[in-house]
Amino acid sequence: MTIFDTMLPILFLALAAMIMLMSGVFSRRDHSFAITGAAIVLFAITARLMFAAPDGTIFHGLFITNDFTRFADLLVLMGAAGALSLSVAFNQRTGITRFEYPVLIVFAVIGMVVLISAGDLLTLYLGFELMSLALYVLAAFARYNLRSSEAGLKYFILGALSSGILLYGISLVYGFSGTTEFTGIARAFTGSASASLGSTIGIVFVLVGLGFKISAAPFHMWTPDVYEGAPSSVTAFFATAPKVAVFALLLRVMLGPFAPLFAQWQDLVQILAAASMIIGALGAIGQSNIKRLMAYSSIGHMGYALMGLAAGSLIGVRATLIYLAIYVVMSLGTFGCIIAMSRKGRPVERIADLAGMASEDGRYALVLAIMMWSMAGIPPLSGFFGKFYVFAAAIDAHLNVLAVIGIITSVIAAFYYLRVIKVMYFDAGSPGFDKRTAGINLVIGVSAIATVLFVFYPSPLSTVSSLAAHALFPSQGF
Amino acid sequence: MILAWLLIIPLLGGLLAWPADRITPMLPRAISLATLLLELGLILPLVHGSGAAILSAPSPITSGRWLATFDASWIPTLGISIRLDLDGLSWLLIVLTTIIGLFAVIVSWREIDHSTGFFHANLLWSLAGSIGVFLALDLFLFFFFWEVMLVPMYFIIAIWGHEHRRRAAIKFFLFTQGSGLLMLLSILALAFLHQRQTGVLTFDYVTLLASQPTGRLGTLIMLGFFIAFLVKLPSFPVHIWLPDTHTEAPTAGSVILASILLKTAGYGLMRFAVPLFTAAAHHIAPIAMALGTISIFYGAILAYGQSDLKKLVAYSSISHMGFVLIGIYSFNALAWQGAVILMIAHGVSTGALFITVGSIQHRLHTRDLTRMGGLWTDLPRLSSFGTFFVVASMGLPGLGNFVGEFLILRGVYAVSPTIAILAAIGLIPAALYSLIAIQRAFHGEANAKRGTHDFGTRETAMMLALGAAVIWLGIDPQPVLKIAAPSIAVLLPITHAAAIPATRRGT
Repeated sequence: MTIFDTMLPILFLALAAMIMLMSGVFSRRDHSFAITGAAIVLFAITARLMFAAPDGTIFHGLFITNDFTRFADLLVLMGAAGALSLSVAFNQRTGITRFEYPVLIVFAVIGMVVLISAGDLLTLYLGFELMSLALYVLAAFARYNLRSSEAGLKYFILGALSSGILLYGISLVYGFSGTTEFTGIARAFTGSASASLGSTIGIVFVLVGLGFKISAAPFHMWTPDVYEGAPSSVTAFFATAPKVAVFALLLRVMLGPFAPLFAQWQDLVQILAAASMIIGALGAIGQSNIKRLMAYSSIGHMGYALMGLAAGSLIGVRATLIYLAIYVVMSLGTFGCIIAMSRKGRPVERIADLAGMASEDGRYALVLAIMMWSMAGIPPLSGFFGKFYVFAAAIDAHLNVLAVIGIITSVIAAFYYLRVIKVMYFDAGSPGFDKRTAGINLVIGVSAIATVLFVFYPSPLSTVSSLAAHALFPSQGF
Repeated sequence: MILAWLLIIPLLGGLLAWPADRITPMLPRAISLATLLLELGLILPLVHGSGAAILSAPSPITSGRWLATFDASWIPTLGISIRLDLDGLSWLLIVLTTIIGLFAVIVSWREIDHSTGFFHANLLWSLAGSIGVFLALDLFLFFFFWEVMLVPMYFIIAIWGHEHRRRAAIKFFLFTQGSGLLMLLSILALAFLHQRQTGVLTFDYVTLLASQPTGRLGTLIMLGFFIAFLVKLPSFPVHIWLPDTHTEAPTAGSVILASILLKTAGYGLMRFAVPLFTAAAHHIAPIAMALGTISIFYGAILAYGQSDLKKLVAYSSISHMGFVLIGIYSFNALAWQGAVILMIAHGVSTGALFITVGSIQHRLHTRDLTRMGGLWTDLPRLSSFGTFFVVASMGLPGLGNFVGEFLILRGVYAVSPTIAILAAIGLIPAALYSLIAIQRAFHGEANAKRGTHDFGTRETAMMLALGAAVIWLGIDPQPVLKIAAPSIAVLLPITHAAAIPATRRGT
């Protein structure tokens, strides 16, 4: 029964997805609204089931659940549910309401859950592709929109390339370690003081493949275009759930099977982190489209989160998990605000369109300002604590140069976040946006409250993420 | 608990004031005034009664006897707590903060005429941030308040400032935030270093005092603090944000900036940068003294060259803060006493100067010295108060600034005569720019016909109070010295107990 117990959440999710798909296909009327609602409820139930599911390694190590995977799963479900709630109004306005939308998101989430729990390079690839295929379709979901189709195509071609590289890396690792199982690989790599060239290249390729999906520089090229081209509701999803899932996997792979070769890949992760922070900060300065701005901002955020991985320690993992959790909440809030930007049913995306927002809709301006301050890492907002934890991890691991780069880039980043606030509060104009829907109000309200009040009650998140991080380092006592 | 209230009251006051302008624009002003008076009522009695006994004890840190303390757990996994402690030095600076805050509210009574609610909310929050800075004895909490001061100040400058306010606000924000983050790295490094030494991860100041990192690492960690405080002080060469920010800020913003925010830097040096890194601080002392001396001259010479009256006052601040810097890094009790007095006196006199400049601008719609002249005939009260505070800030004997500068020079002379002589020479350009400013602004022929409405009752009363404070500090600085003495005795790395005048002849 343990197999069934452990698999229950994912079985439930998959089964429900099939039912949703079938009911959508065979029903004459358009049920997309009901299916979206059902998907959100589904995520909530799955989250409950995940709490109930026991820790375990099943199918001979193919699939693993523990505190770490549970933490990441919950973040993914939260991000997906948030993005879905934001999508309803937007999809209706832009005429892309179709029942496939929630179904595709559920399939992507299944892929992510598999990915997070992968205990074997094959499960990893399986989950990776299940997620990616759903994402490619989602990017092109507004299929009569040229930009959306272009974004989908771009994402698909580059994604296929990165999948190829990932697969090549996997085969190299298999070739040099003789197994695809995580524990087996770790055993094969332990003892060898320095890795053979082949396995190092394999690790690098795996890192590249995964780095592409979290849009770590220098593999970030697709991000601005896809963020801009894809419908905003899809972008909100892209910015949250897949990032968390792939990042969780990255942590598990690098600190699991590849942990013995830490010395080999630590510099590489440092370079990725530094490059992401720098490109995220500098690239955003010239942007006039708020979705492109957020694309560069997310590249930068991934750089900060990578700092925790570069530390390679328990504190580092905890820092990254906290950072990701805070990042998901901030992203949902920000994209809620971006989705609310529409005039007479047409979405507008220029930062300049926000001019005069403060005098017209003070609450909206306040929420977006809170998100921007928080992303810039200004206390007392939650974003500051995220940065604090990763800086602490970096200093603890003696990554001083990386920490200083992080400081410099966050000052540069503060400049462009401030620009959004400046436009809203000090520039004259009248946005005249449409009325916001309840779903959007709910998501941005909740995330703003969470961002502001985090300061009073930070310990639950830090305790939970400590638990999760300890699952990755079973040898270290709690 | 009283210390927590000191923070909660202005925070709540701000929250109340924000929406209050929907009822009437007057209400936020009244709320702010009431908030600050309440704050003052809370803080003032603390040095009397049992407080007086505690202040006469030699050392608050080792004995654990504070005027008031507050301790609550915050993030236990990281050893971060909300630890607030009040000693004499903090008390003085908080009283300064509250009183200057009161004047900032009064001076904005007419000047701020749109969105008064948000303005007063920001004003109270920035004051709460600085009070937090003066109280926090957990390094993380200190950094937290240090950054919290920034955001309201950014809004005050960016919304209610003058022509180029947005550029100035962003410059101010990025400079202070960047240097603050550098300090965060140092705080983290110090905490982890202490964890490696003892196995306990804590951000508690008193515990970390024992850490005393030395060598290259110690110097590096200390530099993070040092640079952050230099930027805020500000000292040459990291002063570039100050003139712009001061010029563009509204009067209340300039007053808060000059009288309070700059003092947080001096306080930070005394409380953190020096005692936490005794060896490294001695190591860097020559450089710090050199920077202080350069600041004295640089600020004075640039002030001399300004035709914008507000910029002139701003540059003179750099010069005065140079004195504070050399005083602190002479590690001499006399000089530290002088630094405390100078910080307070500078807070009062420069605050008054910015109010004067603001009043001139309000009436003449210019800050350009070339377009003033002959103000004395039109605005006699304003001009006489202006003259008084200019000579006070120049260091006229009998006024507060003189006491501070004199003590600093005497203390520094005992350590390094060269620096003391150089700094004393720096008083000559100070006299030059001060007198020239008086001449160009107040004396001579009026070069334009202007309407005359001199200081009203509100402004006169305010100036009289500030003037009285400066005179009192100049004539009878003993109470201030006495309150600051125990703190200084503890914070100074090498204590020459006998050299502290307050303990010797204070009783």
